[in-house]
Order: sequence, then structure tokens, then C-alpha cells
Amino acid sequence: MLDAHVEFSHLTMAFGSRPIFADLSCRFPRGQVSVVLGGSGSGKTTMLRLIGGLVTPSAGGILVDGDDVARLSERELFRVRRKLGMMFQGGALLDSMTVYDNLALPLREQGGRSEAEIAEEVRDRLAAVGLPDAEGLLPGQLSGGMVKRAALARAIIRRPTILLVDEPFSGLDPISTRRIESVLLEVNRRSGITMLVVSHDVPSTMRMADWLMLLLPGRVAEGEPGALAHGADPEVTEFLAGDAA
Amino acid sequence: MSGGWVQDLGAAALRFVLDLGGLAVFAGRIGRALVTPPLRFRAFLDELYKLGVLSFVVITVCGLAVGMVLGLQGYNTLARFGATGSLGAVVGLSLIRELGPVLTALLATGRAGSATTAEIGTMVVTEQLDGLRMMSIDPVHFVVMPRATAMLTVMPLLSGLFIVTGLFGGYLVGVAFMGLDGGSYLSSLESSVDFRDDVLGSLVKAVVFGLLVGLVSTYRGFRSAPTSAGVSAATTSTVVVGSVTILLVDYVITALWGV
Repeated sequence: MLDAHVEFSHLTMAFGSRPIFADLSCRFPRGQVSVVLGGSGSGKTTMLRLIGGLVTPSAGGILVDGDDVARLSERELFRVRRKLGMMFQGGALLDSMTVYDNLALPLREQGGRSEAEIAEEVRDRLAAVGLPDAEGLLPGQLSGGMVKRAALARAIIRRPTILLVDEPFSGLDPISTRRIESVLLEVNRRSGITMLVVSHDVPSTMRMADWLMLLLPGRVAEGEPGALAHGADPEVTEFLAGDAA
Repeated sequence: MSGGWVQDLGAAALRFVLDLGGLAVFAGRIGRALVTPPLRFRAFLDELYKLGVLSFVVITVCGLAVGMVLGLQGYNTLARFGATGSLGAVVGLSLIRELGPVLTALLATGRAGSATTAEIGTMVVTEQLDGLRMMSIDPVHFVVMPRATAMLTVMPLLSGLFIVTGLFGGYLVGVAFMGLDGGSYLSSLESSVDFRDDVLGSLVKAVVFGLLVGLVSTYRGFRSAPTSAGVSAATTSTVVVGSVTILLVDYVITALWGV
């Protein structure tokens, strides 16, 4: 029996007249790396935004650690979001602040820590993502890969129990892809965090995913990566083999 | 076909009411943020600098130019009636009661208001506001409140600066160029301006305009569509809506309270 940390229940969602999800139900296991694959416009990023309460479905529920975020007020969502960390595709770092201040911000806002403790946490996280010398730089002075790593460091600095990661490998060279991949796996293995990664990079997905979800037109295929890749569903095997090639 | 324009009018009226309602709710959220700690005083000071100090040159130059034009036009008109000695009163009352707060507000809308909208709109496009939400930080508290309160604070100061430089411009033209007696200019100014009716009234207008510009510029940025075209439209909207609202509200204040 799968121990679900995040669960979508009969979810329906549309942007204007364009349907994204129709009666979608799926579950993401606790403490594992789940990767969501799918074509452009299939709703991968929307899925993460729904979990974070950044968009609201037209029907259905989204259980995040027992709380239905689709029914919570903005104020109540702030409580649930303390359990979540999100790495946005473009980083979403505050461009007027240095990398150090971007990482220190959530800790300062949370309160209860001295500036020395915050500094230690920030430097620890920057070292973990391989950016020990970037703390004084502004986001505009970072490369694409560095932005992703700084965003990842900020997403994990409050020690969330669920980490949402949006396209961590897009626009990166193979070396940077490998580095981000190993950091994500290290975070998962060390803290047992539940991780939901949205990606269209099949090779990385097959290496890191414990659980795979494939968004196909009008339906969803989910399961362990090996089982899906060698299963009997031709649409799934074709998608995985085609992208991997 | 014949009912088409009625439908369009109805849709526009509905959009207007929805927008007004959204603005009122947004103002309520800023009000609530104001009484919720932390105060964000450092961010407020940063915004004061951006909105106030960086507007110093444009306000000074425009105030001086408007004062000089008023001095020139006023002198030529008063000369027809042999009343050039009242130039100080004409320039002073025009600037203090009307032109100072109104033109400052229009200039601030064009410079600082549009910049505020563009900045917040860009934060929408680059998901910085969503990033704050995901860190359990209210973007209205963190981004909007310091900007709106800074605009409210800075508007009376900029209006005062505009008026002072305008009075100097009028003095320069009347006394240095037209040969009017300096003492006569200043005494006419002093005897005609009433502190309560004119100066405090001017201050009230500036505060109301600061509130309007702060609210409109932050709201438009906050609600801008997450595209570059959306930010552009929001910025334009701030200038147009802000300017028209300032002029309409100016009329209402003047008509109701005679300020």
C-alpha cells in the first residue's frame, strides 16, 4: 500500500476554455523522488503550482500532508507552505537582493534564529549546492546553472518535508545537469524529504526517480520507472524510449 | 447588432465595478499589512529614496519652470490692470492651492508610479511574488506596503518642494527680469496666503494624491498579466488611470471643501 504524502483527488482544472486536468486522481509517495513527465502544455508545472496553492482547481481536492490546499484561505496556506519548498524553473530569486540575502530571507522571516545562526545555515546550504563563493553576487550576475543551484539552496533552507522542483535541468549543460541531479538525490537521501520533480529530461528521470508519473493526453500513467519503461503500454514505452533516444 | 454597444457598455461597466472592488480589497490588505509586524522600516526608507530623492531633479526643474511661466503670464495680465504688485499673490495662490499638489502628483505618477508598477509587474513575470508566497511571506506585506506608504509620505514633501521652487521661479521672473520690487512680491505673497485654508488644504490634496498614486501603481503592478505585454499595459494603465483620477479627485476636493 502506497503511503501518499501528496494526493490529487478527482481534480479538474482549466485555463479559460482550455482544459488541463479532467477528473485527475494520483498519489505521490512519502520520502521518495517522484518525477512528473509529459509534453509541453500537459500541466506539469500547473501540478506543482496546485500543490503550493498558487492556483486553484475548479473541482476536486489536493491533499498535502493531510491538508486540502484547494479549500484553504491564503492565510491558512502560509501554514501549509512552511512544510513546502519550491524551486521555480527560472529561480524566482529576488533580483534586488544578493544570493546570501535571498537565502537568509525565509529564515529571517521565520524568526527565532540569531544572525550568526542564519549565516551558518546559509553558508552550509551554499556549500551543499557548490556555490560557496556566490553569496555576495546578485542573481543577475549568475549563470543559468548557478541560478538553479541558488534557487535549490533557498528551497531547502527551511528544511521542508516536501520539495517541489520545476524543470531543474532545462537549459543546462550535461555537467550542470549531473550536479543538480546529485544535489537533489543527496537532499532526498540525507533528509528523507518527499520530492516532486517536473522534468522533460528522460535520462535524468530514469536515473533519479523512485516513482514516475507520465501525463498523457486525457490520462495518466504512473508506477516505478523500470516497470513503466518495460511495461505493456505502447504509448508510455514509446514516450520514454523516444525521449531517451 | 443594435444591442452590441449596450452589451459592450455593460461589460465595461462590470469590469469597472470589479476593478474598483479589487482595488478596495487590495487597499484593505495594505491597511492590514500596516498593522501587522514586522514594520519593514528599512524597505520603507529604500522606497523613500527611490520615489523621493530620485524625483528631486524633475520636481525642482518643473517647479521652477511652472513658477517662471506663472510669473511671466501673471505679470503681463496684471500689468493691464496696473496691479503688478499682486504678482506674489497670484503665483503663490496658484501654486499652493492647485498647481503644486496636482502637477507634482501627475509628475510622480509618470516617473515613480510607472516605475513602481513596472517593478512589481516584472516580479510577477519572473515569479518572484510566487516565490515569496511559497516561503510563507505575504507579497502585499513585503513588496507592496513599503512602496505604497513611501508614496504616501513622499508626495507632500515633493509637493512642498515644487511649490517652493515655483515661488522662486515667479520671484526670479517678476523681480529679476520684469523689475518688480522684491519686497512687494513677498509681501503680496505673505498677506494673501492663509496657512489653514491654503497651506493645509494643499497638504491634504498632496496626501490624498499620494494615497491614490501609491494604491493605483502597486495594484496595477500586482495584478498585471505575467507577460511583457502585460507589464507594459499595466504601466500605461497606471499613468492613464492615475492621471485622470488625480484630476477628477482634485475637482471633487475643491468643490466640496473649497481647498
